[in-house]
Amino acid sequence: MFAQQFFNALVLGSVYALFSMGFSLMFGVLRVINLLYAFYVAAGAFIALALVRDLGVPLWLAAVLGTLGTGLVAIVCDGLILTPLRRARAPELATLVVTLGGVLLLNSLMFIAFGAEVRRFPVSVLSQEPISLGSVQVGEIQLVIIVVVAVLVSALFLFIGRTRFGVAIRALAENPDAAMLMGVNVEAMVFTVSFISATLIGVAGILIGLNFNAVHVFMGQPLMLRGFAVVVIGGLGDVRGALIAGLALGFVEVMTAGYISSDFKDAAGFAALILTLWLRPSGLFGRALPSRA
Amino acid sequence: MLAPARKDSTATHAIDRPTLQPQVRLLRKSAVFAALAAALALGQVARAEEPVKIGAIEGLSGPIAKYGVAIKNGFDLALDEINAKGDVLPGRKLEILYEDSAGQKEQALNAMKKLLARDRVVAVLGPTLSNEMFAAGPAAVERKIPDIGTSTTANGITDIGEWIFRTAMPEADVIPVTVATVKKRFNLKRIALMYSNNDAVSKSGFEIMKAAAEAQGLEIAAIEAFSTTDTDFSAQLTKIKGLNVDGIGVATLAEAGAGVLLQARQLGIPSKVVMFGSNGFNSPKVAEIAGKAAEGLIVGTPWFVGKKDPLNQAFVAAYHKKYGEDPDQFAAQAYDTLFILAEAITRAGSTENTKLHEALLKTDHKGVLGPFRFTAHRDPAATEGIVVLEIKAGKFAPLD
Repeated sequence: MFAQQFFNALVLGSVYALFSMGFSLMFGVLRVINLLYAFYVAAGAFIALALVRDLGVPLWLAAVLGTLGTGLVAIVCDGLILTPLRRARAPELATLVVTLGGVLLLNSLMFIAFGAEVRRFPVSVLSQEPISLGSVQVGEIQLVIIVVVAVLVSALFLFIGRTRFGVAIRALAENPDAAMLMGVNVEAMVFTVSFISATLIGVAGILIGLNFNAVHVFMGQPLMLRGFAVVVIGGLGDVRGALIAGLALGFVEVMTAGYISSDFKDAAGFAALILTLWLRPSGLFGRALPSRA
Repeated sequence: MLAPARKDSTATHAIDRPTLQPQVRLLRKSAVFAALAAALALGQVARAEEPVKIGAIEGLSGPIAKYGVAIKNGFDLALDEINAKGDVLPGRKLEILYEDSAGQKEQALNAMKKLLARDRVVAVLGPTLSNEMFAAGPAAVERKIPDIGTSTTANGITDIGEWIFRTAMPEADVIPVTVATVKKRFNLKRIALMYSNNDAVSKSGFEIMKAAAEAQGLEIAAIEAFSTTDTDFSAQLTKIKGLNVDGIGVATLAEAGAGVLLQARQLGIPSKVVMFGSNGFNSPKVAEIAGKAAEGLIVGTPWFVGKKDPLNQAFVAAYHKKYGEDPDQFAAQAYDTLFILAEAITRAGSTENTKLHEALLKTDHKGVLGPFRFTAHRDPAATEGIVVLEIKAGKFAPLD
């Protein structure tokens, strides 16, 4: 049974890690606590679902297009909602509140357009039959989740660590003014980062929709608080921290439900949040944030 | 005695005022009153042409919209039929003012206050969820306006106060029938229970299920909780899988329930382990979302779409024609309820609250759910029509 619970935790943690990394990247570079990601989760899943269900696009292609589509949606949202605030050099609290309003607004608009019913990907696109690996029952989609998350995470680290683009992104995170003086096109970078973050979140939405068979307008909302917890535990703005904390939250939730009591499942994650902040106020991997002039 | 004393206390002001002033003021006051009274009387005459306004608070958005929209559809269909048939009171049709609670109890309470104070409705239908009713119901009791829950099945709903009625069959009546039937049919001995601990209906459904299982002498190997917004139930189900039970009882709403079914089969819990559910599972959405994993799910219900009486078949056909889909139990209960209320208004011959209350208690309605009467405690009196269903080839069918 432990092996099965370990696998359950790995799947859940991978999904948490994926969208938390997107969220963390946004904060690290753009200094924006962007709650719109709860909307991007649903956006990715809806685009992919529409392509598969209404246009008969193969699942893998729908997933790729849904992911890129979410990135484009994010660029539009960013331009409309966040750019004016950035120009005005609004404080972080203002962007937090504006994106909170934004996510509620966008979710409501989606509700008007699509209704609140729960949709699922057609039964035929994925095998529901479990595969037995020893004592562990594994679904096809769960293997896909683990592989996709591993590939995307590696790609993200290579991109940030090894490319010119990545250097520019890190420079921007370090000091936007200095980066601009050194010739980094800040506007372009901001949109690039928005795009990349949102694609990670869009993928998470598609994978959640496939794994749990629940695509609906408000699907991002339960993740909103968890994502927040993961990012704070990992250290705001630290992508590696988000990866580790996301996996850890999956393990904490599953192991608590499996071995202590399912009543404490949600409590355990947030207890970990408080404990982390007591012991390390800047999170597991976070640097103390410089106060901005 | 009083007058001089008053004069003394206001002596300084009295000096600047003509002595006649009090009488003049009195006259003016009565003129204003007369005008007001006339306006009110006129208003009443004008209102006699207006429809009888009923409020309905339903979760039309958010995660519970599936129930709220079904209920609204049921009301709207009944409303069309009632108004087509004639006036509920001489010269007055029926009108429903909808408020969206989005499944939030705060929002339900605000909606209730608005309907009572601003719209001055004569009766309220809803809210959708029991925990919304617990929040909003007391406001109706305070104003002495009848409030009928059409979908609130938790324990204690009508204990809120004597103005709260319900037409929804409480789970306390349905679940024991389900548990007893499942035990007998599948020879169950050892079961696990799962429930949503953040929803009043699911929680009370679980308590009833647990009591019924104990009364039937079933061994309860595990009790696991989750939240209605959860999507991952793998940890709980893995644990249950290790306990080798022969049945799993689940008390939750349709979406989360479908997720539980899917993951149970995905984790390799064999189909010989019988899954049975609370009222929330009684929705075609369960099979639609869970697909093959929903096969064999068992649920009790006060109403079934395939019930063969002519009244029910006419309702199903009319609903299908208007909305292009089959009604569910929530739509059926809503449909019956509006008829029950409209008939009570007509019998009361007035929209006055006490008369309406009295007329409601005397309800004797033959609806799509079968015969309907209220108990003295304003709950449904007849439990005859309970049917135990099984999902077969993606559709509910009576368990054989």
